[in-house]
Amino acid sequence: MIAAFIHRAVMQGIPLLFGSTGEIITEKAGHLNLGIPGIMYVGGISGVIGAFFYEQSLNGAPLNGFLAVMIPLLSSLLGSLLMGLIYSFLTVTLRANQNVTGLALTTFGVGVGNFFGGSLIKLVDTDMPSITLTKTSAFFSKTLPFADELGWFGEVFLSYSFLAYAAIIIALISSYVLKKTRVGLNIRAIGENPATADAAGINVERYKYLSTCIGSMIAGLGGLYYVMDYATGIWSNDGFGDRGWLAIALVIFAVWRPNISIIGSILFGALFIVHNYIENLSMSDQELFKMAPYVVTLIVLIAISMRDKKENQPPASLGISYFREDR
Amino acid sequence: MSNEVKHREPLFHIAKRSSIVWWKAWLVRLGAIVLAFFFSAVLTVLLTGENPLDVFSSLIKGAIGTNRRIWVLFQNTAMLLCVALAVTPAFKMKFWNIGAEGQALIGAMATAACMIKLTGVLPAPLLILAMFVASVVSGAVWAVIPALFKAKWNTNETLFTLMMNYIAIQIVSYFSGEWAVPKGSGKIGIINGDTMEGWLPVIGGKNYLLNILVVAAITVGMYIYLKYSKHGYEIAVVGESQNTARYIGINVKKVIIRTMIISGALCGVAGFLLVAGTDHTVTRDTIAGRGFTAIMVSWLAKFNPLYMVLTSLLIVFMERGAIQISTSCGLNNSFSEIITGIIIFFIIGCEFFLNYQIKFREKEGK
Repeated sequence: MIAAFIHRAVMQGIPLLFGSTGEIITEKAGHLNLGIPGIMYVGGISGVIGAFFYEQSLNGAPLNGFLAVMIPLLSSLLGSLLMGLIYSFLTVTLRANQNVTGLALTTFGVGVGNFFGGSLIKLVDTDMPSITLTKTSAFFSKTLPFADELGWFGEVFLSYSFLAYAAIIIALISSYVLKKTRVGLNIRAIGENPATADAAGINVERYKYLSTCIGSMIAGLGGLYYVMDYATGIWSNDGFGDRGWLAIALVIFAVWRPNISIIGSILFGALFIVHNYIENLSMSDQELFKMAPYVVTLIVLIAISMRDKKENQPPASLGISYFREDR
Repeated sequence: MSNEVKHREPLFHIAKRSSIVWWKAWLVRLGAIVLAFFFSAVLTVLLTGENPLDVFSSLIKGAIGTNRRIWVLFQNTAMLLCVALAVTPAFKMKFWNIGAEGQALIGAMATAACMIKLTGVLPAPLLILAMFVASVVSGAVWAVIPALFKAKWNTNETLFTLMMNYIAIQIVSYFSGEWAVPKGSGKIGIINGDTMEGWLPVIGGKNYLLNILVVAAITVGMYIYLKYSKHGYEIAVVGESQNTARYIGINVKKVIIRTMIISGALCGVAGFLLVAGTDHTVTRDTIAGRGFTAIMVSWLAKFNPLYMVLTSLLIVFMERGAIQISTSCGLNNSFSEIITGIIIFFIIGCEFFLNYQIKFREKEGK
């Protein structure tokens, strides 16, 4: 029972982990990307589109395992990269307001996701009743061997698909890169004070583009994981829900550290589903429980601002566009 | 190293403009909108394979095709405008309140709560008054909480207000379950559908006219408030530079808190109008993303309430039109969100050309 609960919590947490890792990388370079929810939708739907056309092209023939994973994966990365490019072109090159751009990107991205999710079948004229990519999903949700044989240990640690492990590895690598390497130092310097970084000879624009686009691609994988593994390849409009915003909340909860985000995402996942495990909860009380992740985030946000410890603050120039001649 | 290479001036460099003639600025904006239209048209034609002229005509038809559609257009514009006006003072102060969604929703919830609990307790006019007061107060409370933390501990307001949205949404979901009619449906349903108690009166036989008039009054009021009042001046100074504001003796904390109370109260009014004047019920989707769209509307209009009439009309017009396109082509309604996104991208992008100018390298040897 507890093992099953942890298993479900991790499944819920993985999309959030992808989203928050991506957002942390972006925010560390000083860009508050409120487009993450939209980017995650686009990451999901791009993967769906790729898988859909691949399955269509085979006309029912069995799927090649390698292609069945690579095509959705690459199309998902491409979709979210494009979203990242739109955002960074507008905010870095054209120095547009980050909040407005991000919100527009979310409107756009959620629209793209729901539009293609709802219209793909109509656009290509097939006889499928809805988008069900169970065959592709089977490849995405393959678990490690021996997961079933090792009892609770297998269920808690081994029962996830490769994307889930990828999420944790990516978070650990990001944490390492941001904290220990020259590239990470440069990114953090830009997020704290771009003018100083510029004076030190760091190419501010290039790093901002880089961190935003890589961040978007990582976040987009969260959408892909959600639809291919969690939702077993069935796209439903608005099914992804508010997880994108929850991912942004998780960034604060993890005080801008991807490695804390791993624990945080599982905790958020647990908070998200805990109402299913408490007996005799009425429907409305369940809704109160769903408030928990947001309330916890608020408490963390307030606590870090009250304690005012330097290393726990948001990047100092978060949300402010940089223009060299403004100094 | 490449020291011996002669330093060449880059092809162009970017400089800040000091000012731009107003008609040039509007020409650039108009150009951006035309480009956005063109781009959306190409996209629509690619996706639907329809004749572009047909697409265009169904856009117009969808927005203003029938009498009813025109009223819906105005009603939606008014509601979006109301939220946009609400967020404007805060934004002008550079307080990034992205919690309008939650503030309006909690106002809507308070209105609905009064309708449900006080019907029969209070006579009709008093009931409406109670609903109004409740919505204004709850909206203001929802907005002042982040403002207090911002003023006291400099807590990041963008993230704070964002979280408050979802808390409000969950509260509404909770009460939708508690007060569901019929029980277990998870929906409050139309409140007082038979007696119409607590519904805003229909004036001139037009359903939404009162809403529109109220928002028109708020628009003018906000314009005067921001432009001619002492408060408006203080907001502008705090927005430009908090240090300057402190230097000339403005109490920045007080201005932040006061402005957020106004901002939240107006969001509450939007919630009140949506429940009492339009929907007569409340769901977690009552505000329908207006809290976020409003930020774009306000920003696109450069925080000028009068321009906001135009920007909100533009957004709603496109939204309604795109919905019609998607219905007539059998496509998904979300098409309108894509179009809205594209238009905003273009307008955001064009701001660059208003604030900066690109200076090309002068010919060599001069």
